[in-house]
Amino acid sequence: MTMNNLFGYKERDTWLNHTTGTAKLVGFLAISTMGMISYDTRFLLALGVLAIALMKMAQIKYHEYALMLKLVLVFAVINLVMVTVLAPQYGTQLYGTHHALFGSGYWTITQEQVFYEFNLLLKYLFSLPLAIILLFTTNPSEFAAGLNKIGVPYKIAYSFAITLRYIPDVQSDYHTISLAQQARGYEISKKASLLARSKGAVQIILPLVFTSLDRIETISQAMELRRFGREKKRSWYQEQAFSKRDILVFVGSIGVIVIGVGLLIVNGGRLYNPFQ
Amino acid sequence: MNTKKKSQGFSVRSVVATGIGAAVFFVLMKFIAIPTGIPNTTINLAEGWLALIAGLFGPVVGLLVGFIGHTLNDAVTYGSPWWSWVIADGIFGLLLGLGKKYLALEYGNLSTKKLIQFNIWQAISNVIVWFIIAPIGDILIYKEAAQKVFLQGAVTAVVNTVSVAIIGSLLLVAYVKSRPKKNSLRNE
Amino acid sequence: MPAPIIDFQHVTFKYHAQAEPTLHDVSFQIYPGEKVLIAGASGSGKTTLLRLLNGLIPQAYAGDITGKLTLNGKNIVEQTLFDLSLQAGTVLQDSDAQFVGLTVAEDIAFALENDNQSVSHIKAEVSKWANRFGLGERLNLAPQALSGGQKQRTAMAGVLVDDGKLLLFDEPLASLDPAAGVVAMEMIDKLQTERDLTVVIIEHRIEEVLSAHVDRVIVMADGRIVANGTPTEMIQSGILPENGLDEPLYVKLLRRAHVDIASLANVADVKQVVVDENKAAIEQLKIPVKKGLHHTKKLVIENVDFSYDKKQRLFKQFSTVIHQGEVLGIVGKNGSGKTTLSHLLTGFLMPDSGDILLDGKSVLQQSIKERADNIGYVLQNPNHMITKATVFEEVASGLILRHVPTDEVEARTRAVLKLIDLDSMRHWPISALSFGQKKRLTIAAVLVLSPQILILDEPTAGQDATHTGELLDFLATINKQENTTIIIITHDMHLLANFVERALVVVDGQLLADTTPAELLADEKLVTAASLRTTSIYQLANRLGISNPEELNAAIVHGQV
Repeated sequence: MTMNNLFGYKERDTWLNHTTGTAKLVGFLAISTMGMISYDTRFLLALGVLAIALMKMAQIKYHEYALMLKLVLVFAVINLVMVTVLAPQYGTQLYGTHHALFGSGYWTITQEQVFYEFNLLLKYLFSLPLAIILLFTTNPSEFAAGLNKIGVPYKIAYSFAITLRYIPDVQSDYHTISLAQQARGYEISKKASLLARSKGAVQIILPLVFTSLDRIETISQAMELRRFGREKKRSWYQEQAFSKRDILVFVGSIGVIVIGVGLLIVNGGRLYNPFQ
Repeated sequence: MNTKKKSQGFSVRSVVATGIGAAVFFVLMKFIAIPTGIPNTTINLAEGWLALIAGLFGPVVGLLVGFIGHTLNDAVTYGSPWWSWVIADGIFGLLLGLGKKYLALEYGNLSTKKLIQFNIWQAISNVIVWFIIAPIGDILIYKEAAQKVFLQGAVTAVVNTVSVAIIGSLLLVAYVKSRPKKNSLRNE
Repeated sequence: MPAPIIDFQHVTFKYHAQAEPTLHDVSFQIYPGEKVLIAGASGSGKTTLLRLLNGLIPQAYAGDITGKLTLNGKNIVEQTLFDLSLQAGTVLQDSDAQFVGLTVAEDIAFALENDNQSVSHIKAEVSKWANRFGLGERLNLAPQALSGGQKQRTAMAGVLVDDGKLLLFDEPLASLDPAAGVVAMEMIDKLQTERDLTVVIIEHRIEEVLSAHVDRVIVMADGRIVANGTPTEMIQSGILPENGLDEPLYVKLLRRAHVDIASLANVADVKQVVVDENKAAIEQLKIPVKKGLHHTKKLVIENVDFSYDKKQRLFKQFSTVIHQGEVLGIVGKNGSGKTTLSHLLTGFLMPDSGDILLDGKSVLQQSIKERADNIGYVLQNPNHMITKATVFEEVASGLILRHVPTDEVEARTRAVLKLIDLDSMRHWPISALSFGQKKRLTIAAVLVLSPQILILDEPTAGQDATHTGELLDFLATINKQENTTIIIITHDMHLLANFVERALVVVDGQLLADTTPAELLADEKLVTAASLRTTSIYQLANRLGISNPEELNAAIVHGQV
């Protein structure tokens, strides 16, 4: 491992890679928030198409995100099934009309319900490509600087940097510790009772807990000895000046927000209702 | 020790506790789960760790550890964070952190009474967070069906309460036990 | 004479949490441009002294200070940590805690970022310092991708960007192999002369530090300064072993040859000490290298292939035989497969092909737990193993988990505790134990399962000479009494030279050599490949023109000196 590649970041020669982390973060937050608010099918579909087009431009290959996509699909299917079972009339309630498709009584499936669930599916899915672009094209080091730049206090932004810095260490510590504890005889397999299993698990993670608590003390000292927290502001090695590309990303994000808000006004709310 | 230019606000120790706390939270959430026997339902070690770290470092660290840890886990697993639950986990950390002064873990005294009160408080917090905040967030943000999200919330509240009752209590007890007590060292 | 940069006058310090002072009436001066070694066994107060110098006391550790202590003529106690950090840069012992940046570049930049300097200025400084430390090509690497030596160079660069004139090192050799240790000491030497720095090094690995031209040695014991003088004076007076510190190996040899150390000029430098007239006496110490002491095959590794990912195979057709009752050392560069090999033996990892046989039977089908009944494994960091609150519980837990009857648990646990000399402390909370005691405790917790083979990963890391001696006595006992086979993964030259009977040199998954430590440490090619050093005994033998220097190496065996 040469880089901190928790998120699958890779150097790629595309304009999205060259855009600063700050711009991509703003773009992601703007577009995904607007998409969360809106229930306008046309808008969500357009965002989805935009996101997929951007992902193509970023030259991200299917195999890199296949696992995430599968997990999201499983997540989406479970949720859609739950909605169908628990609230089969929710579509009618939302859209105010009733166009039965099949079934009867509690189990009447309406066009409204199908349409609502389609919208829900879009919402589960549309932001995935955006998130993948953000994670796969942004050097993790840029996140902290980016967060600070969009207004998050630098101490909190640096907490986030520390998390990214130490996850690989904690992970490898955990791995070694858990193997050594298994050798001692602790187990979390299904054979034991729930309480015994939990106790076993706690014994396995206890060394990780204590070394992590110790680590908090030592790292704080190391940081204080190099003057962290001395000034009201902090500069960032990874901070990059905005270029035209970044300005375009900001403009594009504002465009998406304007359209989204416009649709809210035109539709008289978050829903787009084709039934009336 | 006068004329000092003191660091302002959030202390360096809190910054590091947040960073390391979230890293451990992430690793526990992502890699370790104890099966309960009920399908798709696992005892969550991460929430037990959150109880300890919030109890030691207070509400702000608790809030941030829950928020950052959950965001990262969602980002790495599903691509994008499910904000209503991320916020809920943050608030859970905050609520648990409110017990810091009362528990006074660093001074190494955890009576049975305190442990019971801790568990009552964590159960209340779990209900507030998973049965009220998370579902309402789901409805407001994602326009989900109320029947569904409240059922999900209820299940999560129960599972997390059990998780923290077992894992969180065991961690608190282990932590307090590990603190040396005065005049207790004698050769036999 | 110029004014001292550091001046301590009758300094006594007591931590609030403790009843007794940790430092008693400490007085010393350090002058600009000096390189000073502060040495002492665990618990001697050297770490406390360092905390007083960099301001962590009283700002991170509260306590009562009496006496006068100044840095650059100003009272240390009245300055903030931030002010002090601009005058004295500290490189902490824990290189993973010291390295807070996500990459080399960001870590070097850290202090300047905190000063809110302009990004262009920071970039220029980072590039300048990275190049000076040979890190220019590695700016974008994460700490996990660096060797111990590279991490330490990053740490030095990250402290020197402040252009301070005083550098404080807390056990800089602790996480380095001997070859990297030599490079680090040379680097410190070069920096000091080029930039006119004052350097204070806290260490107990005396031999390596002395090889880097230290001007002065301050020896501490029980919170007091017991000696303060030139390295030659320290060796001549013989004060080091009296205070739980190891003398260089060649000095031990010279003592064995009854050379009059007390009047020997330049005795602190193996390259300069004049002992030509003692050549005969030294040569007489030679003993033939013992090899092939054990013959019963215990563990057979047969044609093992292993790779972490499909692209790169680490082990290819790896084979060797480990004998019953042997004390085996596994050496080699970091990342070349030593730990992987031990993980294959314990079942933490599974080979892609090949077999591992214990007493002629394959162990590959056994679970990690079953394998641990026969092959015990002790991690380097005791804190990664300890799960219980008290000494007794910790040792007993493995037996309880194996459903051993209660009275037997009691008997076996007490027996092992007696063996490691912790029985009187069996009800103590583990947090009250020293690092060395914890280490012995983790060995006991594995030993209680009566494994036939004991694998120890860097058992002497972080232990001073006294504790290492105790540990070796204890390992020698179980090796003799129980005929336990002992496998040690280590870089520790003293441990190799003193204790190990047979050494396997593993580099890049290849078994480069199967030899004795005495021969290994007298073979320059092999030593370079394994990232070790030749012993100072070998260097002395070379200077004196003594043939077969490995036979002199063999003379230094634990229990005989």
